[in-house]
Amino acid sequence: MDSMTSPFPFSAIVGQVEMKQALLMAAVEPRLGGVMVFGDRGTGKSTAVRALAALLPPMTIVAGCRYGCAPKDPVPCPDDCHARAGRHVAHVPVPFVDLPLGATEDRVVGALDLERALATGEKRFEPGLLAKANRGFLYIDEINLLEDHLVDLLLDVAVSGQNLVEREGLSIRHAARFILVGSGNPEEGELRPQLLDRFGLSVDVRTPTELADRIEIVKRCDRFDRDPDGFAATYAEEEAATVASIAAARRKLPKVDVGDAMLELGSRLCQAVGADGLRGELTLLRAARATAALAGKKAVTPAHIAAVAAPALRHRLRRNVLDDTGSTVRIARAVAELVPA
Amino acid sequence: MTKAGAALSSPLPLAGEVGGGKPQTRTPFEATHSPNLPALAQLALALLDTPGIGGILIRARPGPVRDAFTAALPAAKTRRLPANADAEALDGGLDLTATLAAGRPIHRPGLLVEASGGILIVPMAERLAAALAARLATALDGALDGDCPLLILFDESSGDDPDEAVSPAIADRLAIHLDLTDARLPLADLLNPASIPLAAEANPASPTPNDPGPIIPDPATAFTAAAAALGIASIRAPIQALRIAHANASLSGRTAITAADLEAAAALVLGPRATQLPPGDAPPPPEESPDQPPEPPPPGDDQPESEADSPDQTRDDSDRVIEAARTALPPGLLDALAAGASRTAAGGGRSGAKLRSLSSGRPAGVRAGAPGRGARLALIETIKAAAPWQKARPHRNDGRLSIRHDDLRIRRFVARAEATTVFAVDASGSAAMARLAEAKGAVELLLAQAYVKRAEVALVAFRGDSATLTLPPTRSLARAKRELAALAGGGGTPMAAGLDLTRRVAEAERARGRTPLIVVLTDGRANVGGTDALSPQAAALASARAIGTSGIASVFIDCSARARPDGAALAAAMNARFVALPRLDASAVVAAVNLLGTR
Repeated sequence: MDSMTSPFPFSAIVGQVEMKQALLMAAVEPRLGGVMVFGDRGTGKSTAVRALAALLPPMTIVAGCRYGCAPKDPVPCPDDCHARAGRHVAHVPVPFVDLPLGATEDRVVGALDLERALATGEKRFEPGLLAKANRGFLYIDEINLLEDHLVDLLLDVAVSGQNLVEREGLSIRHAARFILVGSGNPEEGELRPQLLDRFGLSVDVRTPTELADRIEIVKRCDRFDRDPDGFAATYAEEEAATVASIAAARRKLPKVDVGDAMLELGSRLCQAVGADGLRGELTLLRAARATAALAGKKAVTPAHIAAVAAPALRHRLRRNVLDDTGSTVRIARAVAELVPA
Repeated sequence: MTKAGAALSSPLPLAGEVGGGKPQTRTPFEATHSPNLPALAQLALALLDTPGIGGILIRARPGPVRDAFTAALPAAKTRRLPANADAEALDGGLDLTATLAAGRPIHRPGLLVEASGGILIVPMAERLAAALAARLATALDGALDGDCPLLILFDESSGDDPDEAVSPAIADRLAIHLDLTDARLPLADLLNPASIPLAAEANPASPTPNDPGPIIPDPATAFTAAAAALGIASIRAPIQALRIAHANASLSGRTAITAADLEAAAALVLGPRATQLPPGDAPPPPEESPDQPPEPPPPGDDQPESEADSPDQTRDDSDRVIEAARTALPPGLLDALAAGASRTAAGGGRSGAKLRSLSSGRPAGVRAGAPGRGARLALIETIKAAAPWQKARPHRNDGRLSIRHDDLRIRRFVARAEATTVFAVDASGSAAMARLAEAKGAVELLLAQAYVKRAEVALVAFRGDSATLTLPPTRSLARAKRELAALAGGGGTPMAAGLDLTRRVAEAERARGRTPLIVVLTDGRANVGGTDALSPQAAALASARAIGTSGIASVFIDCSARARPDGAALAAAMNARFVALPRLDASAVVAAVNLLGTR
């Protein structure tokens, strides 16, 4: 559970299939817009995100760029790294940024570099956590405890992919495309629906109740505790396979066909469950396409849509408080009606 | 818990008398020998340097026992979190004085960094603000750069007040839970600290040392099965138990986990977390709360066969764990089970809400921005923002700080009045089910609105001969649904008991700085309660008057087919708005409540 030199392997996480699949989809299709993980304590939420970030192949950046710009990034870099660094590129691990709850706005968006300003009079922007997370993962545990204005800001940046800073006489714009992963426990207070809707996927994780699973978790953690490197080595093959499937799916994604019939099915499904807004439909189809790509298929089938309906829609349903049925059940019902088995 | 060590069937190695060969060098926490503490506390001290255990949660009020424990910690490495600590105290920030003097920003490290590699003591952990608790939990996960100090939390809560509980997020991450509430030190020694005899009455039956018992082939399975039997949902518990068992083994110079290690870990980690007695010897729990893991199979019934050497062996081991854990069962667990209440994660629903209970004037954070439109200037924060620039900005002749628009910081308060609606629902008689269903609907409707209003809802149900707080104040719809799912109905109408409990809940809410509203749903006939001299209805009237004098706003909904004067009389005594709703439905109830709220 605790971070050590080598992170806990992604493939060694017992169960939690839906969460792992949602993270993989988000890694394949960044436009999905992040993953919200609801669940109990100690279910391996942060372990899974951290493990996935560590698993991804290193990314190519302009050497020395403080914003992690890709060599051909269309968003201009405040440091003008393309001009300055020329053709030099570097390979760095995909960033995983854990946003501490006490973080100030300055620390998140960045601020004027005081030391530099005072020493040389130069107005230089000191990038914040958003720049650090560019092209990687931004993880917020217990997002329901984060200050509202910070949450709004994060979601805004996550959707636009850019961080705009207008303060202290600075006007800065830099790329901040990251996969936002939030976690929260619904027992500790509900999240505002507007906020929930911004997340592409939502998954419920539960502490595994099967004794055999629990024993396996305890054993794996114990082995990892005592020999992290040896433990990681036993999963090397599976990890490599996951990396390969992500890479293949990313290549395939633009070519995966979404037929008209699938578009219609998506719309009808959203209508049937009462998910408001275009965002739900779009996410549903994007998620279905990412699933198809991960499975190595050329076109989205009804089965793909059925598989992603719950994570893509369950947090968008209007709450019918007099109907006790949970969102997941309502979606499953609609799926059973609309998607031929 | 004094007898904790003694009651174990097999010996616990004591910190001071760990026998044969203590091979490893004791880094980095060499705890002072402290023979007077209970055996479990000594063991916890001896295991402090186990990697990954997070720390210790100790239930103890300030006093000599706690002092003895604190004194046993390595003083040089121990820091203490002040009671008024904020996020900046933990994470560091700008040092105002030094910055002004130097004319350049000077940062002060936070306690988390300063205590890194050492110990951070958190007194009054039950009062820790939710944001700080979450910050500590994140630090415990090792998510931030640098090491997290070992945390020692002192939980001083009485256990009676569900609102005061250590953040479950932290509690879950700290391996060792200790209860020193009932631990005693010999008075003579306290008066004369110079002569401390070895292991005094805290450990009467000093166990025979160096009998580690048989080697346990599959401790992981034993711990996991035992945790399931004890109703411990978090998977961290068996993982931590295994860590502690390994550490205890190596402390005694063993490489394999033996029965003694199993028992030590059970008493330190699993016992205090138990939420149910292991099946077989418990008074059968009346109702399973739905979020508990399904009744775990009796250990042994369902063992994965490939794992254990033999199912019998594993079952014995997990029984051994349960037996050892029993010595450290949380106080009150038995009472709670006897009362039919299932322990839920302590205070789980509240920590978030507490933060926002700001009507008494706690600030809701500081951010950049100009004062006005309700925003108030945060002076210190503004000066802090301006401080580093003073040398760079044109010097002012009047010697004052040069403050610019960008420096301005505002303080925000949550100004909304936060309401807690306390429902008192008559669950008696034949119409109970319909009434309960509508009350449930009303609770859920109100909570659905709570997104906007930050309202909380509680529900007291009364039937038979008593009233129970079925739903403690919460704004979690998920929780409300779960706890209201199994509401039973039928029996007599103990109106007085119901009204009394409702008033107490409402008054407690008022003490928290919230605005309580009482909604009574009944058909207005008390037939249980009172005394020989006092009829049930008269007793109910007295209780109603108590609500009336408390000044808590209330609405009395009479849902009998034909309203009787009884109900109206109660409503008058309560000073409540009287609403007759022969056809009760949830939205009408909510409408009545909203009417009251805007009154």
